[in-house]
Amino acid sequence: MTGDPLYIDGVDLTDLGIMAVKVLVAFTFLLVATMFMVWFERKLISDMQNRIGPNVAGPWGLLQTFADGVKFFFKEDLRPENADPLVFRLAPYISAVTAFLSFAVVPIGGSFGGGSSGTVTIFGRETFLQVADPPIGILLLLAMSSIAVYGVMLAGWASGSKYPLIGSVRASAQAISYEAALGMATVVVVILAGTLSTHGIVAAQSGGFSRWFLVSSGIVPFIVFLIAATAELNRPPFDLVEAEQELVGGFHTEYSSIRFALFFLAEFMNVITMSAIMVTLFFGGPAGPIFFGMTWFWPTVWFLLKVLAFLFVFVWFRATLPRLRYDQLMHLGWKLLIPLILFWLMFISLKELRATHDWNWLATYGAAFIALAVGASLLIAGLRAGDRAYQKELEDV
Amino acid sequence: MGYLDGFKVTFMKLFEERVTTEYPKEKRPKPPRFHGRHVLNRYEDGMEKCIGCELCAGVCPAKCIYVRGADNPETEPVSPGERYGYVYEINYLRCIHCDLCVEACPTEAITESKLFEFSFANRSDAIYTKNELVVDDEGLPQRQPWELWHEGDDLATSGWMRATSPSGNPDYQNRVGWSGELGYGTRKPEIGQRDIDDHEKNGNSPEEYGESEDIR
Repeated sequence: MTGDPLYIDGVDLTDLGIMAVKVLVAFTFLLVATMFMVWFERKLISDMQNRIGPNVAGPWGLLQTFADGVKFFFKEDLRPENADPLVFRLAPYISAVTAFLSFAVVPIGGSFGGGSSGTVTIFGRETFLQVADPPIGILLLLAMSSIAVYGVMLAGWASGSKYPLIGSVRASAQAISYEAALGMATVVVVILAGTLSTHGIVAAQSGGFSRWFLVSSGIVPFIVFLIAATAELNRPPFDLVEAEQELVGGFHTEYSSIRFALFFLAEFMNVITMSAIMVTLFFGGPAGPIFFGMTWFWPTVWFLLKVLAFLFVFVWFRATLPRLRYDQLMHLGWKLLIPLILFWLMFISLKELRATHDWNWLATYGAAFIALAVGASLLIAGLRAGDRAYQKELEDV
Repeated sequence: MGYLDGFKVTFMKLFEERVTTEYPKEKRPKPPRFHGRHVLNRYEDGMEKCIGCELCAGVCPAKCIYVRGADNPETEPVSPGERYGYVYEINYLRCIHCDLCVEACPTEAITESKLFEFSFANRSDAIYTKNELVVDDEGLPQRQPWELWHEGDDLATSGWMRATSPSGNPDYQNRVGWSGELGYGTRKPEIGQRDIDDHEKNGNSPEEYGESEDIR
């Protein structure tokens, strides 16, 4: 099975059994993790606001999400008169399914260092600790995060109501703007790893902290990715899509009962998945020191700890940063993040090319510098011209 | 650090004390002049203080009090005077807890307790009659089945607003409650007040201390 993710050599019952177990484990893990993520977020944000947070349902309020879920099930499922019946029902499932699918390619364990290739042996078969390892794993992730926008977009459009429509229009514009930066930050990692497979990316980072792409890509792609991912997740400070204060609830205003719960589930599941992707791309996935020779146990622990750290960061963002205005959002995305990551992409590509083709050091980085200077001055000139035009427009009004 | 200062602020909040009071489980002490539901007080000998004068009903801006006085029965009088409150009803769907009735009452009969957690399943329950309002034989408010009480809530509930602050002046330095109350006796002075009886006992006259400083 190792190295044969597409089952070219045929499938037998053991393979199917292992696959079923992995799917089941991943599914359950995601559901339970989402449940506790909601609890974690509510508890942490209340800690950061000098409050107590949920503490009634279960010990420390741990079962609060479960109670909310049960409540959602028993609520009336409303559909507005103007809503498009089919699309209105379809939208939450698009959101939820894509949220589940993205996680399938994330390696959640396995020891990669020192000759081992991240496999564990189950039922006499060597297998990766991830549901699937398609050769195009990263593309699948990007595709899923794009399709997830359809869920939001269709939900807003099909609701037949104005606030959801505004929310979903914002969502699509925001997702398109930031997906460019997100995608290019991923491309930097792909160039360094030389593979699109998530397993390959993790394997390329094995062998110590300095091999992590966080370090070897020079931190900037990670920061761009983190900001763009926050925007992709529609989380504060980029939560214009929901914007409770102005749009009631944004795209899910008209949703109730279990359909609303599905959006909620997808949203928090995406937070977990995005954290897992960031760990995979920049933090070496399950890499970490292994104690007591339990090679199958420690990598998973390290992976979970790293994901938890990112969940903390996302909640921290929410507690700290006020929501951006719409023009600020576009400004940050188009005028700052995309030029920055474009330049970084060029720089990393040149660096890799120089290493493989043994180009002259001065010529390579001189060309990079000239390109930066030309690009930056063009950009600044363009921005200034835009500002002048805007000012003139204001004066005319 | 510019933009990142905020992150430090929110992070340090993690280690600060929580400000939440978990309300139904724990309660903050209420202010001494809290306006809760009313009680009809009785003298220390068990006689009712209400004389059925209807001043409270007259002053009530929400028109929620209904009083009818009657002559005291000669054989077993209800109140020490000539008349007593025969019917006394307060409609809590209308009451705004302004305490004007307490200020109007010439005998400190009606005062407000600190109880406020009462809700009703029907409108007739919202009308408290004399049966519910009058204090029990211990001088404590009577508990109604629809009221949420916690231990100690009924203690120190009887009010003494009018006697301690004429014209709404809380700094009034004079006699604190002119009559004893069943279960409580005479109230102690509040902060900023002096008890005239105490001075009389010690041979001092209250004028010695001068007029209270008018802070309003």
